[in-house]
Amino acid sequence: MDVAAIRRDFPIFDKGDCIYFDNAATAQRPKQVLEAIEGFYRSTNANPLRGLYAWGVGATEAYEAARARAAKALNAADTAELVFVRNTTEAINLVAYSYGLETVKEGDEIALSVLEHHSDLLPWQMVAKAKGAKLRFIEPEKDGHITEEAVAAAVNEKTRILALTQVSNVLGTASPLKKAAELIHAVGGVLLADGAQGLPHMRTDVQALDVDFYAFSGHKLPGPMGIGGLYGKRKLLEKMQPFLRGGEMIEYVDRESATYAELPHKFEAGTVNAADAVGLAAAFDYIDDIGYEAMEAQETELVRIILEGLKDIPHVQVYGPADAAEHHGIVCFNVEGCHPHDISSVLDEEGIAIRAGHHCAQPLMEFMQERLSMEFRATARASVAFYNTKEEAERFVDAVSKLRRWLGFGD
Amino acid sequence: MEIKELYREIVNEHNLYPSHKKETEAPDLVLKGVNPSCGDDIVLMLKLDAEGRIADGSYTGSGCAISQASADMMLDLILGKTKEEALKLADDFMDMVRSTADPEQIEALEEAAALESVSHMPARVKCATLGWRTLREMFEQKEG
Repeated sequence: MDVAAIRRDFPIFDKGDCIYFDNAATAQRPKQVLEAIEGFYRSTNANPLRGLYAWGVGATEAYEAARARAAKALNAADTAELVFVRNTTEAINLVAYSYGLETVKEGDEIALSVLEHHSDLLPWQMVAKAKGAKLRFIEPEKDGHITEEAVAAAVNEKTRILALTQVSNVLGTASPLKKAAELIHAVGGVLLADGAQGLPHMRTDVQALDVDFYAFSGHKLPGPMGIGGLYGKRKLLEKMQPFLRGGEMIEYVDRESATYAELPHKFEAGTVNAADAVGLAAAFDYIDDIGYEAMEAQETELVRIILEGLKDIPHVQVYGPADAAEHHGIVCFNVEGCHPHDISSVLDEEGIAIRAGHHCAQPLMEFMQERLSMEFRATARASVAFYNTKEEAERFVDAVSKLRRWLGFGD
Repeated sequence: MEIKELYREIVNEHNLYPSHKKETEAPDLVLKGVNPSCGDDIVLMLKLDAEGRIADGSYTGSGCAISQASADMMLDLILGKTKEEALKLADDFMDMVRSTADPEQIEALEEAAALESVSHMPARVKCATLGWRTLREMFEQKEG
């Protein structure tokens, strides 16, 4: 893979002053995505799904073509199973409100892992509280892996919903989704997979995995912010009530009642984000041009350099699996005596952007503090993408080796 | 001041070798302050004398170097001061990190004036002000 050529696709790198290692928070976008968004507004814009004139039809076609592209990327059986939403958070809330509240009854259980991002935790807390249901947590191994046995132990005949992240946004580990789907289906429940952190790194086939719902965000892909998707099996989506009600999601409305549009428009009330949907389609094209295999190879190589480098630095603790390929671009670490926020501030001055804090995963921070004796309830996190370079990874390792001295320690 | 210089000149010393990070016996006022999004927390403890002066005080806690060092420097400043004097210093400090302080206010903050550069680090303002906010709240609760 020619990383130098790939970097030329990303206009933001022309600024040249930053090693951007916060890709798990949001990716950067190639010009192909930016041009697709601008192209929609320049030459295709009208309100999709409404106008009966040529421009309106053109906007509708562009929007629906983007949906078909996203559905193809996930290998959905049917394009109508792909609902556009703002982001993963909205997708999971949609399922929690429109499926969870209708399906979960008092005494039922919702199973989820300690790894979940708050966006795959708080909606289920809401459902459990509203319905008098119980949340049952799946504990990861110390390196962040969720074993099939741990999933099996958390699923029983009361479990209506199993919610699992595809890849942990903190430790980078992947969940056994296929096995999880088998286990939950055996007891008549459904599996929701949070793909926010998975889809940017691994080819995902929702039919092969047999997930019932799959949520993702465009902006981590590298697509636009403000567009994401919810895949749901048609038989489930059809039975669900709308999440938001309003314009262009209806069939017929009188003063007292309404019937709703067919899938997927039932779930897309109001004017849709067509330009960013078109940008998202361009992001999927971009990924296919490079190829998931090449992206994964580059990301794994960068993680390998970082893991090897950090291993030799005293006082540095790296979390997650030993194998670089299992990190999915994420390296979570701490330096003894140094708070992650101080680490981030000092690295910022070196032109290195990393994340520091609880990563919207406070229950996992608590778990790590107890099980891994973490000093603070927070970590530093470097997350690489395929457009990062080996030189950047080496400079990062060098900067980490100096952190303790910068923060006042003698070694 | 550059960030590493700020740490080297002042923050590291107060963070790693604090003068006031300990328990105070039988304090008159105790309050925990937290930055929920960061996980920084401190417990501020003060003893007041008959005239209402801060006769003794300390803090305990855990968090980033800026939050802990700022609390340590705050105690350097407020020990021996009246409530009004301490709250005036809190105002001076808040103004400084918002870039609205005049030179006299900054001078009054003595060593803590080194944290002026935090005003250019919006993400760290919360850390620097944790001790001072806890102090304000403590006196407000006492009044309440």
